Amino acid sequence: MEIPHSSFAVLPSVAMVETSTLSDGLQDFLKTYPWRRIDPVPVASLEKPISECNVALVSSAGFVVPGEEPFSGSVRGGDFSFRVIPDSIDVQSLEEHHSSDSFSHAGVEADRNMGLPLDRLHELAAAGEIGSVAPRHFSVMGSITAPNRFVKRTLPMIANLLVEDHVDIALMVPV
Amino acid sequence: MLEKITAKIRPPRALSVPYPLGYPLGEPNNPLLQTAILRQLLALLQRDDVPVLEEFTV
Repeated sequence: MEIPHSSFAVLPSVAMVETSTLSDGLQDFLKTYPWRRIDPVPVASLEKPISECNVALVSSAGFVVPGEEPFSGSVRGGDFSFRVIPDSIDVQSLEEHHSSDSFSHAGVEADRNMGLPLDRLHELAAAGEIGSVAPRHFSVMGSITAPNRFVKRTLPMIANLLVEDHVDIALMVPV
Repeated sequence: MLEKITAKIRPPRALSVPYPLGYPLGEPNNPLLQTAILRQLLALLQRDDVPVLEEFTV
């Protein structure tokens, strides 16, 4: 199934972080890594007001529902699996299994909304600013240095589930 | 994500936030700030002049 992925490609990224604050090894990696360039950039327009849209979250914080299999830091090229996060869960109960030491985990550990702002989304729905919150959200773990399997296998599976849930907007939260 | 990298990859719509890696929603236990980020993020959906890379303003 071809998914109009720009309809859910809203991606907060981090600005104003000087790379000089990162470790020497990470700086070298960032300089030499062959970043993929999206070309052409696809665009999908909203077909209804945001206040009528069904919204889901996709997070790369490595969150796992308690009792489920943690993400692995030992998969060569990066763990390309994903986990389903039911909307009914208490977001603060999620376990964080991101293996990277390239960022501080303190924020996410203090408040899971930092990586999956589920409480905020419910508040926006209650206020009528979005139409509804999707029944399922999706968790992956970043630090995937060889993203082919992630792009070709994992993302289409997540996209199909989003379509199944009639999601209009998926907000991607990179951690 | 770092802004420089996001600019290279060119996702259709992206919001840059002035917080360190690991803090995409700003500050823990700060619902007002987290909601403000989400509102600005949602507003990007009305932009079709992709790729859009906007900076978050408080």
